Amino acid sequence: MALYGGQRKMNDLRVFWRGIFDENPTFRLLLGMCPTLAVSIAAGQGLGMGLAATAVLVASNILISLLRSVIPDKIRIPCFIVVIATFVTMVDLIMAAFVPGLHEVLGIFIPLIVVNCIILQRAEAFASKNGVWRSTLDGLGMGVGFTLALVLVSAIREILGSGTLFGLEILGFWQSFEPMGIMVSPPGAFIVLGLLIGLINFLSLRKA
Amino acid sequence: MEIKKLLVSSSPHVHSQNSVRRAMLWVLAALAPASLFAVYYYGAYVLLLLVAGIASAVLCEALILKLRHKPISPAFDGSAAVTGLLLALNVPAGAPWWLVAIGAVLAIGIGKQVFGGIGHNPFNPALAARAILVVSWPARMTSWVGPGLVSAATPLAAYRAGNAVPSHFDLFLGFRPGSLGEMSVFLLLVGGLLLINLKIIDWKIPASFIGTVALLTWILPREGQTAFFAGDPIFHVLSGGLILGAFFMATDWTTSPITKRGRIVMGVGAGIITAIIRLYGGLPEGVTFAILIMNACTPLIDRYTLGKSFGSVRGAA
Repeated sequence: MALYGGQRKMNDLRVFWRGIFDENPTFRLLLGMCPTLAVSIAAGQGLGMGLAATAVLVASNILISLLRSVIPDKIRIPCFIVVIATFVTMVDLIMAAFVPGLHEVLGIFIPLIVVNCIILQRAEAFASKNGVWRSTLDGLGMGVGFTLALVLVSAIREILGSGTLFGLEILGFWQSFEPMGIMVSPPGAFIVLGLLIGLINFLSLRKA
Repeated sequence: MEIKKLLVSSSPHVHSQNSVRRAMLWVLAALAPASLFAVYYYGAYVLLLLVAGIASAVLCEALILKLRHKPISPAFDGSAAVTGLLLALNVPAGAPWWLVAIGAVLAIGIGKQVFGGIGHNPFNPALAARAILVVSWPARMTSWVGPGLVSAATPLAAYRAGNAVPSHFDLFLGFRPGSLGEMSVFLLLVGGLLLINLKIIDWKIPASFIGTVALLTWILPREGQTAFFAGDPIFHVLSGGLILGAFFMATDWTTSPITKRGRIVMGVGAGIITAIIRLYGGLPEGVTFAILIMNACTPLIDRYTLGKSFGSVRGAA
C-alpha cells in the first residue's frame, strides 16, 4: 500500500499508523539517513532529535496543507523550504532556551532539520495534496516512526558502546563489561542501521 | 550438491579432486606450523585462543546458514575455520578469549554472511573483523606481550620509537613479540610456498606485495629523516604482519583480482599503502588497512586489467 493521498482513500487511522510500521521513514523509506547516522550515539540524543523533527514535521505539514491552494506549483519547493525553515528556527531557539544541554550536543544537526528529507518529502507527497486533519495525522505518524527508529538505533549503540541507556548504568552488574568503541564512532552507526534494515526486511519477507 | 543436475558425457573422465574443502584443508595445514610455534613460544593459553576463533567462526556460520534456510554443510567446508584461525592469528597473545570469539562472530556475521556467504564478501572477513576489534578495543589489540605474557613492544613499535630491535635472524625464526601468527617468517614461508606449489594461491600477489614494501622502505626516508636509499628493507619485510598478510590474506580468492596483471596491481598497491603507513602514518603497522583498501579496489582492478578477447575491434565497446 505505497499509494499516497488522492489515489486511494485510506482511513485516518491508517494514515497515522503507516508512518510507524509499513512506511517507517528510516527503515522503509530510507529517508533522513544523515540525522539517523549522526546523532544516534546515545538514546537521549536520538529521542531529542526525533521529537524536534516531529514538531517541525507536524507544524509544517499543517501550514503547507492550509496553503496548498495558494502556493504556485512551479515554486512550491522554495515555498516549502521557507515554511520548514521558519519552524526549524523556532524549534532551535526554544531548545536553546529550555534544554540548553541537549541543544549543545545536537549542535548543527538542529538547523539541518531544514533539509531533512522526511519533512520535505511529506510536504511534497502528502501535505500539499491533502486536508489539514489528514496532514496532521501523517506528520505525527511519520514523526513518531522516525523518533522510534532513532531511539532504537541509538539505544543499541549506547548500550554496546557505553554500557548505558539514557545515561543510566544499566550494565553496572556486569563488572567485566568492556564497551565496544566502534559503536560510538560513525562506522558503528552504519553497521547497526544496516543490520536493523536487513533484519526488518528479513522478517517482513518471511511474513509475506 | 548440484552435481546431480549435470549431464555427464561418456567416459573416460579425469577428476581433478579440487574442491573448496580440499583447498581450505591445505590452507589450515599451511598455517599449522606457525600456529604451533605460537603455542610453543607463548604457552598453552594460545591454544585456547585458536580454538575459540575456529569454533566461534564455524558455529556462527552454521547458525546463520540455518537461519537463512540454507544447507549448513558449507559451514564445515573449512572456509569458516580458516577465517576463524586467521582472526585468532591476528590478535596479541595476551588477548582474552572473548575478544577472539567476538571477532570470529563479527568476521562471519558482518564480514561474510550479510553479503551472501562464501564467495560474495567484498572484504577479507578476518581482516574486516580485526579492523573492528582494533577500533573497538584499541588497548586490548595493541598490548603486545612476550613469552610468559609479559608486556613487550613489537619490533615495528620499537623501531618507530627508536629503540633496539631484534636481529634479522631472530625475526626470521620468530623469536620476537607480535600477533600470534605473524612471528615466525620461516614457518610462514614454508606454508606459503606449499600453497603456491599446490597452485592454491598465486605467487604474484605476495611477490609484488613484499617486493614493493622492500623497495619503498629501502628508498624512502622514514619520518624525521632526509637520507634516501638508507632504509632497512630486510627488517621491514621480516617484521609486522607482512608475510602472514601477503601469503595468506591478500591472496583470498574472493577478495583479490582474477587477472594476472590485476594481481600484480593489487600487490603493488597494498605494498605502497603498507610502506606509507609504516614510514609516515599514525600506526606502526599498516598491512591490515592496506589489504582492506585493495580489497575495495578489486572489482575496479579486474575491470581495467581484463584482457581483450581475440578478434574484438579496438575502440568498440
